[in-house]
Amino acid sequence: MRLLFGTLFTLLVAAAVGLGTTYYALTHGTAFGALHVGSWTAWPKTGTVDADPYARAEIARSGRLPIALGDGVSFTATTDDAGRPLDGRCDVELSGVTPQARFWTLTLYNNGELVSNSVHRHGFTSEEIVRRSDGSFTITVGPRASPGNWLPTGGIEHYELVLRFYDTAVGVATKAGRELPMPSVTTRSCQ
Amino acid sequence: MIRWLLMLLGGALLGGIVHIATVIILPRTATQDAYSRLSALVPVNKVTPLPEPQPGSAVMPLMDPAMATSICRYDLANGPLKITVPVSPAYTSVSFYTRTDVAYYAINDRAAGRRVIELDLMTQAQHDQMPEEENVTAADRLIVDSPTDTGLVAIRALAPEPGLMPKAQAAVDAATCAPAPQTDTGQ
Repeated sequence: MRLLFGTLFTLLVAAAVGLGTTYYALTHGTAFGALHVGSWTAWPKTGTVDADPYARAEIARSGRLPIALGDGVSFTATTDDAGRPLDGRCDVELSGVTPQARFWTLTLYNNGELVSNSVHRHGFTSEEIVRRSDGSFTITVGPRASPGNWLPTGGIEHYELVLRFYDTAVGVATKAGRELPMPSVTTRSCQ
Repeated sequence: MIRWLLMLLGGALLGGIVHIATVIILPRTATQDAYSRLSALVPVNKVTPLPEPQPGSAVMPLMDPAMATSICRYDLANGPLKITVPVSPAYTSVSFYTRTDVAYYAINDRAAGRRVIELDLMTQAQHDQMPEEENVTAADRLIVDSPTDTGLVAIRALAPEPGLMPKAQAAVDAATCAPAPQTDTGQ
């Protein structure tokens, strides 16, 4: 009897530990080779055949098609530069310049889905942005219309921003640093 | 007490094995991965345009709404395929994915350097069977070796602003993916 309970206990612990760590790993972005710049993170290797088992499992679980490295690279931000989760009820400012690429697009998602809003805007492309004379730009991500580049949040609680660079030199060998300028993400004011 | 601690330790070690096993097996058993989602919508060896992602309805998560997308779900069991993609005014790319949604090759309009991107898609075995002389002229042909018999080709074109989406859509709609014509060897 004691042996039976002991075995059951051990197997329960094994299942809880094994499945728990797998779930955590696949929902918290634990693939290797992450490139962190400010609050932005990219996994250039996930778009290649060298994708590690965690990246492969995450791709299968999420149901998305990753951007192939020969096509581009995608950076995701779920927090601002201070580590505060992106809140759709606040005005968040993206400011600065981007690494060199032929085109880039910025898109706002809630768990991978587009967010409905009154003006049907889900993002910007590099061609649509109003820039300052030095080429830098500011995008205001917030619930209410604001002058300049405004990306509506629809007032949702959490969202993530995805910045995709198409036809870019950013890749597996890129190091975070001066060659990789990314816009800053700052929460300005909340409702 | 010691006995329970030992069993806890044993359980944790076994848990590590469970963790590794599930991570490795997951891609092969997933039923909601991109390939499975697209299988329901897209016929084999034919280019099918995907509907634009909308809030609450998208074929896959994290689709770029600025991109028009067509998919060719391929099966190379009956021979190689020829893929042609007319280049859209802004940016066009062709990405290749294995059955488990791993990207193994991608090319864009500038790298291809032509008005129409033309590619021959085949397995490594089919590539090896190609006559030697054809491989010589292959410098002019882009041959893509697929690591798996089945997979996906994603054809994407960028609409730099929403008004240009119809043009991008037209470019990816006009792409083709069809069995390669039997090549005449004596050219």
